[in-house]
Amino acid sequence: MESIFFIVVAAVAVISSLLVITCKNPINSALSLVMTFFCLATFYVMLDAPFLAVTQVIVYAGAIMVLIIFVIMLLNIRTETAKRSSHAVFAGSALGIFVLFQTCLFLMRGGMTGAPGPLDHAAIVKAGHVELIGKALFTDFLLPFEITSILLLAAIVGAVILAKKKI
Amino acid sequence: MLALNNYLIVSAILFSIGCIGVLTKRNAIVIFMCVELMLNAVNLSFIAFSRYLGNLDGQIFVFFVMTVAAAEAAVGLALMIAFYKNRESIDVEDINVMKL
Repeated sequence: MESIFFIVVAAVAVISSLLVITCKNPINSALSLVMTFFCLATFYVMLDAPFLAVTQVIVYAGAIMVLIIFVIMLLNIRTETAKRSSHAVFAGSALGIFVLFQTCLFLMRGGMTGAPGPLDHAAIVKAGHVELIGKALFTDFLLPFEITSILLLAAIVGAVILAKKKI
Repeated sequence: MLALNNYLIVSAILFSIGCIGVLTKRNAIVIFMCVELMLNAVNLSFIAFSRYLGNLDGQIFVFFVMTVAAAEAAVGLALMIAFYKNRESIDVEDINVMKL
């Protein structure tokens, strides 16, 4: 049952991400990307990470995609004007397929190593995913968390300065 | 529970589709969306590894990737708007002011 569900969601994710790079209209690409994000959120739920799935839907499918669609509509870009030369398309696709081939080769050859940690399905359900994430974020990862806030501040200032009339 | 390799293969396929998009598209916003797709593919790997190793660190890392993606979206789209104001285009082939 789970594997059938996985195959369906994976097929939808791959097809919608292919639509992102094949659609002529950027709006259609953006909507296909939202579909891919929802499929990824489904995967996160299947991997016992419900809080990250919710964050994925709110931050990616919500905030970031709204920003991108807003900019597409603001700039009023109707269609892709011209394609790259066929050499560039061929070389880019060849490189992408090479990356895929190489990754699959690594996956076939190797296995996962590392000391297994304490978390399993029962532990996550018992403690609650949000609580586990919160504890880790505010104890072990406090310094990166604070640095992230500085990064966001810098991004806000940068965006405001770039959006001014005269740069 | 499914094998880890299933998730990793889906992640690899999504990453290479994003890679092809970045290398073959001309519209800067579509390239930007493909970069987001690549980031998400990596996030899927992180969460799959984290779950199968029973370790929470990968999921915390996904948080930081999401934050960086949000910051990147804000600054990147502001840059595109500034570029569009100057050139009336967001074709990456037109970004050649610094070319010799």
